[in-house]
Amino acid sequence: MSTLSVQDHGVQHDHDHDHEHHHDTFLTKYIFSQDHKMIAKQFLITGITMAVIAMILSILFRIQLAYPDKSFPLLETLLGRFAPNGRLDPGFYLSLVTIHGTIMVFFVLTAGLSGTFSNLLIPLQLGARDMASPFMNMLSYWFFFTASVIMLSSFFIEKGPASGGWTVYPPLSALPKAMKGSDMGMTLWLISMVCFIASSLLGGINYVSTVLNMRTKGMDLWKMPLTIWAFFLTAILGVLAFPVLVAGVVLLIFDRSFGTSFYLSDIVLNGKVLSFEGGSPILFQHLFWFLGHPEVYIVIMPAMGISSEIMSVNSRKPIFGYHAMVYSLIGITVLSFIVWGHHMFVTGMNPFLGGVFMITTLIIAVPSAVKTFNWLATLWRGNIRFTPAMLFAIGMVSYFISGGLTGIFLGNAALDINLHDTYFVVAHFHLVMGSAAIFGMLAGVYHWFPKMFGKMMDERLGYLHFWLTFIGAYLVFFPMHFMGLDGVPRRYYAFTEFESMKRWLSVNMFITWAAIISALAQVGFLFNFIYSIFWGKKATQNPWEANTLEWTAPVEHLHGNWPGEIPTVYRWPYDYSKPGAEEDFIPQTVPFSQTMSSNLPHDFEENEAGMKAHEAWVAANKSNEEVK
Amino acid sequence: MAFKNLINSKKIAALLAMLLLGSTQLLMAQATTADAAAATDDTDKSAMWLGVGYYVLLFLLLCIVVAIIGRIIKVYDLSNQLQGKKATNWNNVMAIMCGIFLVAGGIGAYWSFAVQGAMSLPEAASENGVKTDEMFTTTTILTMIVFVITQILLFYFLAKYRHSNKRRAYFLPHNNTIEKVWTIIPAIVLTILVVFGFFTWRTITNTTDVKGDINIDVTGHQFAWELRYPGKDGKLGKKYYKLVTGLNNLGVDFKDRNSFDDLKADTLVIPVHKSIRINIFAQDVIHSVYMPYFRLQMNAVPGLPTFFKFVPTITTNEMRGKVGDPNFEYLLYCAKVCGDAHYNMKKIIRVVSDSEYQAWLSHQKPYLSDGLKTELKMVDNNQPSNQGAVNRLALNN
Repeated sequence: MSTLSVQDHGVQHDHDHDHEHHHDTFLTKYIFSQDHKMIAKQFLITGITMAVIAMILSILFRIQLAYPDKSFPLLETLLGRFAPNGRLDPGFYLSLVTIHGTIMVFFVLTAGLSGTFSNLLIPLQLGARDMASPFMNMLSYWFFFTASVIMLSSFFIEKGPASGGWTVYPPLSALPKAMKGSDMGMTLWLISMVCFIASSLLGGINYVSTVLNMRTKGMDLWKMPLTIWAFFLTAILGVLAFPVLVAGVVLLIFDRSFGTSFYLSDIVLNGKVLSFEGGSPILFQHLFWFLGHPEVYIVIMPAMGISSEIMSVNSRKPIFGYHAMVYSLIGITVLSFIVWGHHMFVTGMNPFLGGVFMITTLIIAVPSAVKTFNWLATLWRGNIRFTPAMLFAIGMVSYFISGGLTGIFLGNAALDINLHDTYFVVAHFHLVMGSAAIFGMLAGVYHWFPKMFGKMMDERLGYLHFWLTFIGAYLVFFPMHFMGLDGVPRRYYAFTEFESMKRWLSVNMFITWAAIISALAQVGFLFNFIYSIFWGKKATQNPWEANTLEWTAPVEHLHGNWPGEIPTVYRWPYDYSKPGAEEDFIPQTVPFSQTMSSNLPHDFEENEAGMKAHEAWVAANKSNEEVK
Repeated sequence: MAFKNLINSKKIAALLAMLLLGSTQLLMAQATTADAAAATDDTDKSAMWLGVGYYVLLFLLLCIVVAIIGRIIKVYDLSNQLQGKKATNWNNVMAIMCGIFLVAGGIGAYWSFAVQGAMSLPEAASENGVKTDEMFTTTTILTMIVFVITQILLFYFLAKYRHSNKRRAYFLPHNNTIEKVWTIIPAIVLTILVVFGFFTWRTITNTTDVKGDINIDVTGHQFAWELRYPGKDGKLGKKYYKLVTGLNNLGVDFKDRNSFDDLKADTLVIPVHKSIRINIFAQDVIHSVYMPYFRLQMNAVPGLPTFFKFVPTITTNEMRGKVGDPNFEYLLYCAKVCGDAHYNMKKIIRVVSDSEYQAWLSHQKPYLSDGLKTELKMVDNNQPSNQGAVNRLALNN
């Protein structure tokens, strides 16, 4: 395994910190920075901003669902023509749903999560001075920023943003006259996504090459923290899956603007026969979900890695089954490419193909189950410290269980017939992908805030934030399962048109208020975040007493991360509460020769010299005791 | 100091309550004015901003209260420390909160299952639906066992193994036996679900045509469903989208003789215990035929005809008795977002006895209406009632 490990390259870089005097201008330090730590912060702050915007959008449509007959003059003042007479326009309602989904899935949970923590942690936890290509890294952020601006700009055009759902199925998205949002708004959506994918690819290639080539001395693949394994596999998924979405999007652009018929056939719109012939709308769905399904693992795997790391640190216990955790991540990565068809059971795809996709889909539940059990075993007989980060990591596990189990219903083609496109699906993916991944991200923010900003966040405000959000999200999404089981379809502007749905109005009101309260709880987080950046308590170098390399770097950021040589790694990152050790943690940089009393035979697999030394020490110790 | 703060916060709480009362009144007033459709008035605008202002103020006050409570706790802690007592152990507080959450969450989940679960769909009204529901029950039982056990373990461990300086965590990096066990057990459970699911799915989507299937065309467009029934010959005529006109809105091809006796209908009436084959089409964008009471859904895709075969087992009247609602109707919705009025593509389905079905069928209008005949300039000698139209046509020529 160590063949890929790169030997110390710190020496060539040693002159870096002598160069401190060639000072950064404001522009190179804060804007066009090529330092991975600054880029991580840029991703994080942009991601949080987008998350707040998407959250506000969700509150807007939740208000519509709770009070479909009520008029809110404020909405008209704020949104103008999108909310005539204080009620949301049905088309704009769909725009809100679409943009909320797009921003949350791509801009927050892909770029905001992977972008932030891959950038921050890959070099720091692997012992590298920076990313393989800092310039590409900077480009990655600026493509992302451009994509965000374009996406948001679609709120300021006449017909409003894209509104065909975040999956933008043609022909609805391909025919500008099919709905208002399919006009200019859709064009902007497509341009924004192309920029976004460029950003994602630039980032992903960088992450993969950094992990493969720039690990410090001694850091072989099996000594990497699970965070890095998760980011690494996520990046591979992204690099392989996103190009397929580009293909899909480009063909859609052709259909929209150049009169081709890749996705269009036999269309009569508003009584007018259109000339498209020979295309297939299902083709787009195949291309979209070939990315779309790996995408949900792109979203959840970093959250899994972050939670694994945080739970191990705060349980003061090694992660249970490190190898099994890595192999299950690899299993998920591979399997995620052959399950996309479970989004298409009722599209008219050949039913036999549906059956095959059902089998692969339920197989992917096995590695997920293994991960869950391993997390539980990590907590068992631990010595648990409840930092806010730990609470969020636990919340992630709880949501992952709840949401993952409903996936077994939806992955079953026979059950999916009746649950497809209902609120059951909404509940499922908001728990397993939305809530769980967001909690992974928040856990990461609380845990690595001292590393990013050199300050500590307020713990008690973190506790308040956690409980309000955790309970709030369950109150929002748990009842939605039952709406789905009653056959209430998603993306409905109002439930008033159907007699059988009216009885869900009171539940909708409850959900909306739960959503508003959990949204307000985020104000507590934002306050804590911003206040702590400027006026927070100064952080110590290793505030959580963790083993990984990033905590050996000084609190003050410097370009190149470590003054002097890059530390060498001798052991895996999870030696917590090792019997015989003085402290309950042994950092990765401590050689076995300094911890003779706590070494185990297991530590010396494939290391004969070490094993001999260990045996000699054990023998010597024994004879000492006999002498006594 | 702490005491002073406490008084302070009580005052604020009282103020808060007053504001809350005031603002709700304001909101009510606002709602009534909005109903009067005079929302653009200046007075209303200012009232609106006043209402918004109240809510913002309320929220700010809430923040201040939270901050004050935080201060009080901090001061209380400090004074305790000064007196040599121990400070609040937040770690224990959080562990207890986890325990409380486990109990409260358990009760809440049970309540949700009992109350909201009871609001879900009644028993399936089709043969395939019964199979789906069996599958659903099996899956629910298995997953709920896992759900309860894992959530209990998660929060129980948190409450039990909270941090203590006297103790060290148990160093347990791995245990191959137990890891194998909990890889194999889920694998077995999932294999069972996969096998059952696969066979259920194959039976439901069984495509063999049975003689005597009743073919019904359902075509979706923005934003309605069109229905077409076969006439006496039991066969539906061909369609071609380029033939669509104002009167021939489905584009039925009248070169195909099977289409002459096709019927048009407003309600999807189907006979109970008969094999029904719904042929699904879309004209403009993707729609989805969703009939939840029959556990049936299939997308309507332009350019890709789809179908769903099912056998209804409970008539509308029987179902009315079962759900205890004399006005109950089976409904067909659109489940795939298709445009602004997506939420309102309703079609009533009525399951009736065979004789009622035949009687209803005989009252349906032919698709080939008089107007359409004129448009197509065609003569149909089979139907004497149309002689007048034919004569006119002849005269025009």
